[in-house]
Amino acid sequence: MATPQMIMYEDEFKQLNTVLEKLLREANAKVIFLVDKNGQLISGVGETERFDTTSLASLTAGNIAATGGLAKLIGEKEFSILFHEGEKDNLHISIVGGRVILVVLFDSRSSLGLVRLRVKKASEELAAVFDRLAQRAEEREKGGDGDFPFAEITDDDIDNLFS
Amino acid sequence: MSFINYASREINCKIVYYGPGLCGKTTNLQFIYSKTAPEAKGKMISLATETERTLFFDFLPLALGEIKGFKTRFHLYTVPGQVFYDASRKLILKGVDGVVFVADSQEERMDANIESIENLQINLKEQGYELNKLPFVIQYNKRDLPYVIPVEEMRQELNMMNVPDFEACATTGEGVFETLKAVAKLILIDLKKGK
Ligand SMILES: Nc1nc2c(ncn2[C@@H]2O[C@H](COP(=O)(O)OP(=O)(O)OP(=O)(O)O)[C@@H](O)[C@H]2O)c(=O)[nH]1
Ligand SMILES: [Mg+2]
Repeated sequence: MATPQMIMYEDEFKQLNTVLEKLLREANAKVIFLVDKNGQLISGVGETERFDTTSLASLTAGNIAATGGLAKLIGEKEFSILFHEGEKDNLHISIVGGRVILVVLFDSRSSLGLVRLRVKKASEELAAVFDRLAQRAEEREKGGDGDFPFAEITDDDIDNLFS
Repeated sequence: MSFINYASREINCKIVYYGPGLCGKTTNLQFIYSKTAPEAKGKMISLATETERTLFFDFLPLALGEIKGFKTRFHLYTVPGQVFYDASRKLILKGVDGVVFVADSQEERMDANIESIENLQINLKEQGYELNKLPFVIQYNKRDLPYVIPVEEMRQELNMMNVPDFEACATTGEGVFETLKAVAKLILIDLKKGK
């Protein structure tokens, strides 16, 4: 396959959420999502239950993919920040470490300037966690993973999914 | 690229429905949506033109059940089939884990089928994938119509790689779940190999 599988472990997941929670507080945001570029939700903090997070993740990735395509057409690498302003709520969308998408939803209790500032700092911390994950994935690729749970999938397991 | 999350104990896989304009990709997803229990599906999103042609993609998230204690989620996407939406098609293919090629069985659409499957191969290659290394199945759709090409003939033209193939009528749902099951199974078998 072209890209190695993305794997998220407990430790890194906790570290990501710690960074997201801090960003949520410091940026005065309502909700924050981390989405992979293929449209899968990695994590969310804040008022997540108010949103259809699966749809949100897929549309965000579509949005980033489309603007990325536009960027290439005009000779840019990508637009690393997108900002959508609504009547009440605003969306700040940015790319972290070239591979994941950070979505911050905020209203008038915060401001674009504040969000920008805090996102910048949080992005570095998030990127560091994803670097560690990539490293772990590489090690797994090389060394083989003894406790990879899917090595033992049976035909029955697969058939049962559709029963 | 499937996404395995040990923290939330979930596996996510992406399936893309590809094929020429009006072959019935969106109809496949609509049927799956209509027959899936509410707790097993999310909202279906269709980014379409005013005339119901897919403009960017359709998206349907399914949660099928558990394997080895992991929730298994499939994200189904369709591409826009119309030739001039090629840039969008490339974007949808990013991170794909399995492909369903929906062919239109009507005689007059055979050229469009061939053009589309060649386009699929080119676009996959651009992303660094090889079609013959991906979980891949073919569906011969619209078998209910009067002037359809015999399946054997379609197979010769489109199924050179001898992948699982199915006859279907997406409007009534015949063959729709068989197709989905087959590609999902191939993806899980890949996962088992640790790909
Ligand atoms: N008779 C018949 N009609 C079908 C079948 N499947 C789809 N259709 C019809 O074909 C038309 C196009 O179907 P769509 O599902 O929108 O086609 P699509 O592949 O998504 O088309 P694009 O979005 O343009 O790429 C609709 O009017 C469907 O009702 C089938 O099996 N039999
Ligand atoms: Mg469509």
